[in-house]
Formats: sequence, C-alpha cells, structure tokens
Amino acid sequence: MKASKSSSGSIVWPLIALAALLLFNLFFTPNFFKIEIIDGHLFGNVIDIIKNAAPIAILAVGLTLVIATHGIDISVGSVVAISAGVVAMLIGGDLKGEPKYPIVVAMAAAVLVSTLAGMWNGALVSRIGMQPIIATLILFVAGRGIAMVTTNAMVVWLYAKPFALLGQGYWLGLPFSIYIVAFLVLMTALVTRKTAIGLFIEAVGINPTAARFAGINAKNILFWVYAFSGFCAGISGLVVCSTVMSADGNNAGNLFELNAILAVVLGGTSLNGGKFYLMGSMVGALIIQTLTTTIYAFNVPPEISQVVMAIFVYAVSLLQSGKFREKVSLLFRSKEVEA
Amino acid sequence: MKKKSAIDPRNLPILVTLALFVVMFGAGSFAFIGFFSLQNFLNLFIDNAYLLILAVGMTFVIVSGGIDLSVGSMLALSTMIASSLLEKSHLDPILVIPIVLLAGTAFGFFMGYLIHAFDLPPFIITLAGLYLARGLCYVVSIDTIGITNGFWERAAHAQVIIFDKNFLSPSAVIALVVVLVGLFVARYTGFGRNVYAIGGSEQSAVLMGLPVGRTKVAIYALSGFCSALAGIVFTFYTLSGYALDGKGMELDTIASVVIGGTLLTGGFGSVFGSMLGVLVYGTIQVLIVFQGTLNSWWTRIAIGFLVFVFCVLQRAFDVRAARSAAHQASASATATASAPAGG
Repeated sequence: MKASKSSSGSIVWPLIALAALLLFNLFFTPNFFKIEIIDGHLFGNVIDIIKNAAPIAILAVGLTLVIATHGIDISVGSVVAISAGVVAMLIGGDLKGEPKYPIVVAMAAAVLVSTLAGMWNGALVSRIGMQPIIATLILFVAGRGIAMVTTNAMVVWLYAKPFALLGQGYWLGLPFSIYIVAFLVLMTALVTRKTAIGLFIEAVGINPTAARFAGINAKNILFWVYAFSGFCAGISGLVVCSTVMSADGNNAGNLFELNAILAVVLGGTSLNGGKFYLMGSMVGALIIQTLTTTIYAFNVPPEISQVVMAIFVYAVSLLQSGKFREKVSLLFRSKEVEA
Repeated sequence: MKKKSAIDPRNLPILVTLALFVVMFGAGSFAFIGFFSLQNFLNLFIDNAYLLILAVGMTFVIVSGGIDLSVGSMLALSTMIASSLLEKSHLDPILVIPIVLLAGTAFGFFMGYLIHAFDLPPFIITLAGLYLARGLCYVVSIDTIGITNGFWERAAHAQVIIFDKNFLSPSAVIALVVVLVGLFVARYTGFGRNVYAIGGSEQSAVLMGLPVGRTKVAIYALSGFCSALAGIVFTFYTLSGYALDGKGMELDTIASVVIGGTLLTGGFGSVFGSMLGVLVYGTIQVLIVFQGTLNSWWTRIAIGFLVFVFCVLQRAFDVRAARSAAHQASASATATASAPAGG
C-alpha cells in the first residue's frame, strides 16, 4: 500500500459525520431522541445505538492499535465466533440454566482461547514476518471452521440467566455492555497515552526499522498488539453470545471484521499506520450503528441497508482522500477564474 | 538472484503446489477405492469452475499489489441479474449474458476508478463493493429465483466428452478457456507485463512511463468481468439466483491464489499457480467427502493450515533472498527485490 496524506488526522470529520446523521434523524425520524425510563432502566433509540454498537466498538479498540502499527487483523470476526462457541460449550445448554462449569470460568476460558488466537497472529506477523493481511487470513478462514467444530456444527442455546447480564443486562439504569466498552477504552487510553507504549506503537507503524534502531523492541510490540486484538475479540464474543444467548459458529461475528475496520478508518486512523485515534474509532462504531438504526427507522429492509452503508463508505473515503479534496478545490478555483 | 540450483527459484512455489496436489491426489487414491480415476480428476474442474474463473481475475489483482474483496458478492449479484432478466423480463440468453458481463465489468471499473483517481486503499473500496453488490442482490429480489430457461438447462446438463466416457461440463470448459486466456494475457501482452511492473514497484512503473492508472482501472474491471462470468457459470450449477450465493467466496479465492504461490505483496505470481491452488482446494473437499466422518467444516481448517504452510514457505524463500532484519520493511522490500517477473 502506498503512503498517502489521506486522513486529516483529527476527530473533527467523524464527529461531523455523526452529527449530520443525528441532525438528519432529529428532523426526519419521529421520536428518535426520546428516552423513557421503564423499571428504572433507560430505553430509547440513542441508548439502543450505544448498546448495539458495543461488540463492534470493543473490536475496534484492539484493531485501532493493530492498524496503528500499519497492520490489519481480519480474523476478529472468526475469533468472536470461537469465543462464543467456547463459552457456550462450557456453560452448556442445560434447560434449567445450570451451568456445566462456573460462568466466570467459562468466560475466562473463552477470553484465554481468543487471546491465544491473537498471539498466534502476533507470532506469525512479528516472528515469522508475514504480511498482516495474510497472517490473519489464515485464522479468518480456519477460525470459522474451528468455531463450528467446537460447537459440533450446531447452534447452542443457553439458559443460564446470570450470563445474560453482559449483553442484555442493566446496571445503574444503563445497559451493562456500555460499561464494558467504557472500561476497555479507558484502560487502553491510560496505558497507551500515559505511558510510552502508544508512542512505541506509532513508531513501529511509521517505520519498524527506525523504531528498532531507536531501541524499541518492534517484535514484541507487534506481538502484543495482535494478542490484545484477540483479547478484545474474545470479550466481544462474550457480549455477542450473551445478547442472543446462543452461539452460532456460522453466523456469530459474521462481517464483524469489516465493520470494525470500517469503524477505525471512519474514526480517522489511516490504514497506513503511524497514528491512532481511539476516541475516533468509538465515534466510527457509533456512526455505523446510527446509520444502521436510521435505515431501520425508515423501514428499509435490513438487507438493503448494505447498499446505503456502501455509499456512505464511499462518501467518507472520498472526503478523507487528499486527491479528492484537491480536485474539488481546483474545480471551485477554476470557476472563480472563469467568473 | 543467485542461480545455484537447476530450478529457477521463481518457479519453486508453483512446483511445491504441484507436488502438494500430486501427493494429496495420490494419497486419496491409495486410501479410498474409486478415488483414482480420470473422471474424478475432471470433476475437480467441473465442481470448481466458478472458483477457477474468480481465481484468474484475482491473480491479476493480487499480482498488481491490490486486493478485491467484492468477487463473492459480485458473483451473487450476477446470478440475481441473470435469473431475474431470464425469468421476470423473459429476455433471450443472447442478451442476458452480455448484460451480466457488462454489469460486472462496469462495477469493477467503478471501483478501479475510485482506487486510482482518488488514491484510495483497494481494501476499503472493494470492501464497500462487497456490501454494495450484496445489498443490490436484495434490491433485485429477496427470494430465490429459479431458472427454467432451455438454454440454461442444456448448459447445466450438457457433457463434453474428453476421453472414453469421461466428460467435462460446459462450465469447466469455459473455466479452462479463461485460464488459458489469463495465462496468455499475463505472459505475452503489454497489459500483463504492466501488471507485474506495478506490483513490483508502482513508483518505478510510473517513472518508467507505464500507463499505471489505466492498467489499475483495467485490472479491477477484469476482476469484475471474471466475477460476472463466474456468476453465470454458477447459475449453470444451481439453475437459480440467490442473494446469499458465494458468501465468503472472496476469501476462498484469495486462499486458492495464495496456495498457488502468488505473493499478496504483489509483483509475483502466476495464473497457472492459481489453477493449481484451486485444484488443491477442490481435492481437500473431495478427500473430506470420501473420508465421510469429518464434517465439511474441516475443509476450512485444512485450507487455513495450507495457507499457513505456504506463507511460511514463501517467507523462507524471501528471507533467503534478502537478508533484511526489519520485519515489515523486509516484507515490502523483498517483494520489490524479487519482483521483476513471474510465471
């Protein structure tokens, strides 16, 4: 991929896009901003958007760091399926809701397996020196197979009530998944911005050789960034599994990698690496979910929403493209000259 | 590159793929009765004709250093357009086929233009293309559209006798023609050489005065054309159009191309290798069917494993070719160094 001066590198563009979407809804979607309190819980479109954006937002946290190193992780969707499969098999489909293993143990195991998957990606990229897209392609292809083999190619339904908290539960009036995202973002921001680690990651993304000469252990940075992405995918898998209380190796996390990468790119982090914007990625995830919700609000069949999504991606990519802005500004300038 | 061994190192990945195919086919022949037959070999082409066509288009894209994630969706869109034109508009196949091919080419052209003119990453643009084509499928119809057209039914059931009672389907013949044309274009035309040059180093290609922009747009248009053709061939199997056809096929295609020895960094690879990659892919599927007890999902695990083995092998060659210490730098640097040409 070529280096290009594509992203403007600020959170302004994604925020404008989100604001435009919300403004559109303010005028055209009735009751879009209405929030009700039922049983002490907050309900409404806006709350739903934040809640439904959680799985993608969690993935985007890990992916932001991966993309900052000029890498990519397309295996996250498959790892989500593996995580959901592992936790579902360990809790078991007991109709009375008696878990086979304690729920906490099952969750820890699922996250551990996912982190190992991430470490596998990290080892391929940092130790063997594979191109990130190929290295993660392996798990992308094989991962869904592994997930299906884990669940014996069946959809496992769960009845263990406490597990539902992650994806469906409420705490202090807000959906629990919001707290998971907030905690993860906060911790990641603290670790990357209050220590030198964030700088190291960006240095590796700009030039790994130079970073190594500067005394940064580029290999280890790469390894742990991918491991962290696997960890995030594991958490995301738990939330996904808990939301629908089932694990479907074939469909869980389907197209998640694409949405999550999109969230990161919309958020202003360039695929060329070197800089990352965690909050931008979160705004990106919100944009994607707001767009989806908006499309639903207009009773467009959910399948067709993909068309709108694609057009949106083209529009945002064009706005971020330096060449496009140049051409547009040239267009205006030549008109001025004519006038 | 040093030429110590008799074998041109550039051909090594293809030879490895060929050996792998022979070993797997041989192992199947020893393990299962009825596996070793000419027809079983021909079936690999019959069953994977659409994948073969997609892989040819994808080879050009990947050799140029790009990627096309939209091929699976475009295949589905082509099945939808073809079936709805045939069944709902009652158009003649003579019109339907060119329309579908034109639609696919135009779609590829559009993406190629965005990528070239605005310097956008192929990954994102074709990813959006994946959504766009899949969404448009549902605009055409949410339900399956069955095809009852006589020409289509004949194409589905016709047999082209090769030897004795062994036959190929028309789809397989189309796929083989596409492979031959692909081989010719890659090796003996200016366009083919430009593709390799761009993949080797786009900057050098620009400095050499090659028509980089035009070639890049043409590459994606070609991939779009192949996807559309693969879609038509796919309807010969299913005799229907369905919006969920070809889900995940973009990655099967990329995996086949990688197994065929093409470097995802660009500049190196061959159409012939991609064909071998598809054959390996098909053989794994047949082996798992013959084995009987493993569920079909093991195919994916096996493919993943093979992609792994091949990438490690390629890395081993790379590292020997250019002993560079830094990892990502060497990944792109070796691609440039070993770029000049490929089979």
